[in-house]
Amino acid sequence: MLCDVCKCNDATVFLTQILEGKMQKVNLCDACSKEKGVQDPTGFALADLLLGIGAAEQIEKGAPTQKCPVCGFTQADFKKTGRLGCSACYDTFSEGLGSLLKAMHKGTEHVGKFPQRAHRALELKDKMRALTEDLQKAVAEENYETAASIRDQIRQLEVERAV
Amino acid sequence: MNIANVLATGGEWLRGEGPHHQIVISSRVRLARNLQQRAFPGWAKKAERTQILEQIKPRIEELTEMQDSFSEQLQDLSALEKQVLVERHLISREHAAKSVGSAVVMNRKQTLSIMINEEDHLRMQSIRSGLQLKAAYKLVDKIDSALESKLEFAFDTRLGYLTACPTNVGTGMRASAMLHLPGLVLSEMINQVIQAVNKIGLAVRGLYGEGTEAMGNLFQISNQTTLGEKEDEIITRLSKVIETIIEKEHDARQMLIQKKSNTLWDQIGRAYGILTFAHAMSSKEALNLLSIIKLGVDLGAFPEDRRLPIDELFIETQPAHLQKSSQQKLTAEERDHLRAQIIRERLRVFPKPDISKLAREAGDGSPPEPKTNE
Repeated sequence: MLCDVCKCNDATVFLTQILEGKMQKVNLCDACSKEKGVQDPTGFALADLLLGIGAAEQIEKGAPTQKCPVCGFTQADFKKTGRLGCSACYDTFSEGLGSLLKAMHKGTEHVGKFPQRAHRALELKDKMRALTEDLQKAVAEENYETAASIRDQIRQLEVERAV
Repeated sequence: MNIANVLATGGEWLRGEGPHHQIVISSRVRLARNLQQRAFPGWAKKAERTQILEQIKPRIEELTEMQDSFSEQLQDLSALEKQVLVERHLISREHAAKSVGSAVVMNRKQTLSIMINEEDHLRMQSIRSGLQLKAAYKLVDKIDSALESKLEFAFDTRLGYLTACPTNVGTGMRASAMLHLPGLVLSEMINQVIQAVNKIGLAVRGLYGEGTEAMGNLFQISNQTTLGEKEDEIITRLSKVIETIIEKEHDARQMLIQKKSNTLWDQIGRAYGILTFAHAMSSKEALNLLSIIKLGVDLGAFPEDRRLPIDELFIETQPAHLQKSSQQKLTAEERDHLRAQIIRERLRVFPKPDISKLAREAGDGSPPEPKTNE
């Protein structure tokens, strides 16, 4: 088996980390494991390593030729640095980043602090989610009059969110 | 406040107070924030970085917590000054490498430090001594709330705060504590503890963060993930794990006293002997030996009032701290001599290790006699 980092030497170090029930595996050759500090357990975190190897490939799947419209960042740049170009890159490369974030973190949705100004946006988002569910329910129950009224409310909300 | 004042006085957190201060040296919480629609510092051109800096810096300086603050652009600090700030954990090693377009603002007590244009536009950090992660978070959260009304932070309702590195997205928070664990190291249980901590998604690192060696039996424990968990949940989880490690460290020390008292006294005696008489000492050796003396203070082999001078030496013997008190540039060899000299002078007024208290705890009532049948 070849080393995941240099892809030329045989892997001699096999790492497994189980985080929140998700298993991550990395295979490294002797030289790369030393370089990555794997043999020093204090200086090593699997997420950092995974970021270096897996990240660029993950992001490639999502956006093969894409360029961030705000900052001009490309996937090749991500491959080089392991960092994104600007906050809009999260949108541009969202498809590829999704699985990367999933592998890296405990969850996929932020549940912590919200800036004050985002509270309003969140309220609207929750309202939208509730209305969408109601709409599906109404359609399933063939309650078209209610469904039409909900649809109008959703349209109204979309206008509010766009502001 | 100018750099000379900062360099002359140590930070409040160095005083070694706060809960569990014998084992937990310090607690730190940092938040990463970025401005909307602007390139992250690593991708922005110099002109944009400078623009962002000019937009952020005044907003920070006008905070009430930053009255009489120290605020400097990185290109106006010498390499030595930057290194001193790194040794005090007020800026990161990465930030010290920055120049035009980056800055640091910190409060007078050196308990709050904000890096502008490190990896993210803003890295706000609060440091407390002892185990005080909640208090540290409270302060940095307050600063964040005050700034968000003046600056538009990049935020996504699904992904939270957006950061240059995807490992920080969500809360943008890294909470960490620096622990002194000589008991677990001497009893060779430290690797087990590190592995257990890694398994539950927390990171263990050496003295100066990512990829650094654990010197002086000092370890940093921090949260690894930032998305999918609330700030206070992360802090509570981390605090609980740290409390467990503190217990394990106490257990390990008791075990050493009970079962390996000779080894323990030998270590303390040797550390005392070498530090008292050596004329050349590397910073790594100094840290490792000072760690054993600190353990000796914890165990009662040295009087409690000797704790502070030892704690201070941990920082004062670091390369840049040594260099700053000297007029000319020191070579590594000269630094090693100066380091040994400073330690000798500090230990001159130090009593010899008194192991009678330790011996009582070991249960035999007197220090062990050397074996004569050899």
